[in-house]
Amino acid sequence: MAERCAVIGIGQTQHASKRADVSIPGLVREAARRALDDAALTYRDIDAVVIGKAPDMFEGVMMPELYLADALGCAGKPMFRVHTAGSVGGSTAIVASHLIEAGIHQRVLTVAFEKQSESDAMWALAPKIPFQPTTVAGAGGYFAPHIRAYIRRAGAPADIGMMVAVKDRLNALKNPYAHLHQPDISMETVAASPMLWDPIRYAETCPSSDGACAMVLASEAAAAQAPRPPAWVHASAMRSEPTMFSGRDQVSPRAGRDCAADVYKQAGISDPRREIDVAEIYVPFSWFEPMWMENLGFAPEGEGWRMTAGGATAMDGDLPVNPSGGVLSSNPIGASGMLRFAEAAMQVRGQAGEHQVGGARRALGHAYGGGSQFFSMWIVGSEKP
Amino acid sequence: MRDVAVVSFAQSPYVRQDLAHNEVEILMPVISEAIERSGIPRSEIGFTVSGSCDYLAGQPFAFVNALDAVGAWPPIRESHVEMDGAWALYEAWVRLQCGDIDSALVYAFGKSSLGDIRDVLTLQLDPYCVAPLGPDSISIAALQARALLDSGRYSERDFAGVAARSRRDAIANPAAQVTSTSDANQLLGEPYIVSPLRRHDCPPISDGAAAVVLAAGDLARRVSRRPAWIRGIDHRIEPASLGARDLTQSPSTKLAAEKAGVRNGKVDLAELHAPFSHQELILRDAIGLDAGVRVNPSGGALSANAVMVAGLARIGEAAQRVIDGDAHRAVAHATSGPCLQQNLVCVLEGD
Amino acid sequence: MAEQVYGIKTPIRLDYTYTAGEAASRHLRGLAEGKLLGQRCPECAKVYIPPRGSCPTCGVPTRDEVECADTGTVTTFCIVNIPFPGQALRPPFVAASVLLDGADIAIFHLLQEIDAADARMGMRVQAVWVPRDELRPSMESIRYFRPTGEPDAPYDTYKDHL
Repeated sequence: MAERCAVIGIGQTQHASKRADVSIPGLVREAARRALDDAALTYRDIDAVVIGKAPDMFEGVMMPELYLADALGCAGKPMFRVHTAGSVGGSTAIVASHLIEAGIHQRVLTVAFEKQSESDAMWALAPKIPFQPTTVAGAGGYFAPHIRAYIRRAGAPADIGMMVAVKDRLNALKNPYAHLHQPDISMETVAASPMLWDPIRYAETCPSSDGACAMVLASEAAAAQAPRPPAWVHASAMRSEPTMFSGRDQVSPRAGRDCAADVYKQAGISDPRREIDVAEIYVPFSWFEPMWMENLGFAPEGEGWRMTAGGATAMDGDLPVNPSGGVLSSNPIGASGMLRFAEAAMQVRGQAGEHQVGGARRALGHAYGGGSQFFSMWIVGSEKP
Repeated sequence: MRDVAVVSFAQSPYVRQDLAHNEVEILMPVISEAIERSGIPRSEIGFTVSGSCDYLAGQPFAFVNALDAVGAWPPIRESHVEMDGAWALYEAWVRLQCGDIDSALVYAFGKSSLGDIRDVLTLQLDPYCVAPLGPDSISIAALQARALLDSGRYSERDFAGVAARSRRDAIANPAAQVTSTSDANQLLGEPYIVSPLRRHDCPPISDGAAAVVLAAGDLARRVSRRPAWIRGIDHRIEPASLGARDLTQSPSTKLAAEKAGVRNGKVDLAELHAPFSHQELILRDAIGLDAGVRVNPSGGALSANAVMVAGLARIGEAAQRVIDGDAHRAVAHATSGPCLQQNLVCVLEGD
Repeated sequence: MAEQVYGIKTPIRLDYTYTAGEAASRHLRGLAEGKLLGQRCPECAKVYIPPRGSCPTCGVPTRDEVECADTGTVTTFCIVNIPFPGQALRPPFVAASVLLDGADIAIFHLLQEIDAADARMGMRVQAVWVPRDELRPSMESIRYFRPTGEPDAPYDTYKDHL
């Protein structure tokens, strides 16, 4: 019943720890303009704009879609702002895709951004709020115990996390937009970096970045007029579960498994490991790669680390993961989810340049947020669904 | 487009400050009531989406705790907008158009009493050139009120008339916060807060929550004797720069009303989200409501204004009157941003 | 030569009055009396601490108050090595999830009187409270948890709470 949705333009900014050369509008327009250019369109051709970002305290601007209406050419158009914590970049793309699939609009510009250098990111992420239990350990300290639990459950060797950090950062060298470019990274340099929250080392954590990502989504009819081959949305889904409840599996949350099952079903995929060619997934701390491999059904429970260890997730493996360098290499929080979705689309359009996975025809984009409780995913393909 | 209807609405009694309950505790009974009234079991609701704002709560990710009020287990399809719940309703309506699910729970909550809302809203303004000057939200609205007076179309007496009528009608609304029997003359005797606005021209500060259940096609017909069908819904935004707009008109409301098809039939009543009295007058003109249309029988935002909730509450109030058989065709409106920058219009109709 | 302006610093100050809410207030007042109070869900019977007034999975109000013991089991933990804002202790120190006896969900607190390297999943621990006259409505009424010296709890008893 739903219309087909195509990705006909993709753009992103140069991600960096501080983009002092642009204002907030300048940052979003850098990504938006690139996406429009890629689609050979102007702001005038856009019917609606869906924007997404994480908490407004990161920039100190409340409800910034209001302020950005001018910058994104929205006068007289519908504009919408999504906020689903870390998964927001993905949810934003999905909400935008629904506008196309429901037949409401023909061309939708979707943008996700964070200019977190404007405010104090560490404070904005976890300020001390009265009456709330404090994390006592800082933001990364929330996930470290669950990573420890994974290592114990799966019997994983201690160096798997470091392998992911090295892989993703080396991949990032082939992504000109990535924030971190660390040509000297190796298992030795990662092992030597300070241990922050055992078992997470400094070199295994994501950076704090300014950045934006934009896509132009279009109907089938509008896609027919686009100059370059589109990526087609084959499936999309979102799932949420409560942050804390008795018996919650924080290592492989059910919301993630259900969300993945939903997109595979929509896309007619029964063997994801074989049928997905490349995955861009949200890995802010290195150990999330093996954990998500299991949660996403690419590996049986307890075996995700073997995919990393055996090279399956490397650029030349049978399921490359994060050829862009992933969240470990660039993390503008509100944009990171959309970057995963966009990079997946770039892969099936053959648009990923040096980090292109050869012959990629079906790709998974994945984002999560909160205490591993909000998930958004999509599957894109080079062929119409 | 698929037929989608509002099948239930619930809201908390709005209060100036609820010291005993946090947002989740205010929200819980509202969600329970909306679901119970909908006739759809909680486990069968296909999609859940909420509207709320971190800056209102004074903490990031403020909406996350609210999931406890929903019982998100097994995991649910869920989303959130950092906007008034009216836009969450729009997202739900769009989602239902996709055809794979038939119902949605929409909720909104906010405690405007936690911070100084007048100053919090200043952060919506241009962060480089305007916000640093620190203009508070009442002063910003006063600029618009002054412009409207200068246009010659309306007077301060007209403003007072809107306020008096709203707060008198609010007496009949059990959820309303501010009620009054004062007439326009009495109100005009009050001093200005920020000229030309008097206290009664401004919204109260409110804590509260609201929820709506949407259902599509056959499901709506099955669970409700008189669903309030959404015949049209649209929203538009204007430039942020106050100087770039004619503050006495609301072209985004006019356009949204056209796209929502307000003109396609007779309008019995309208619930307009006008936090300031002069804004109701601007909105009436923009939507093109004639004098016979009853506006804000609920008392509107002048009697209760839980920021992030009040727009959804307008849709709920209008829908409830259709569901109750008190109106056949109603218009609901929601606004966001300074001086009516962004507007949503929804047309609701009974069978 | 005129200097280019690339940005402005705008200090913003907003004051908020936070509301604990009914459930949290009960819990905090309990701490001021040296008690750990949770709430049981009428549908699934799980005991939640700190209580939130509703069961996160059932979505129903939780009103039955249950007192949990101040002993429990470490389900998982991490060793904090870096300084960060608002930190009370000097690193390295252990932050642990502790499943209190009587509760169905772990709380997060500090583990002390132990070498960080000796921390283990399954360790049995006991709360160390502040002196009676320093008790107040805050989780800081408990200074930290320390090992009791009992044998570790079997993995099965806490594996669902990791």
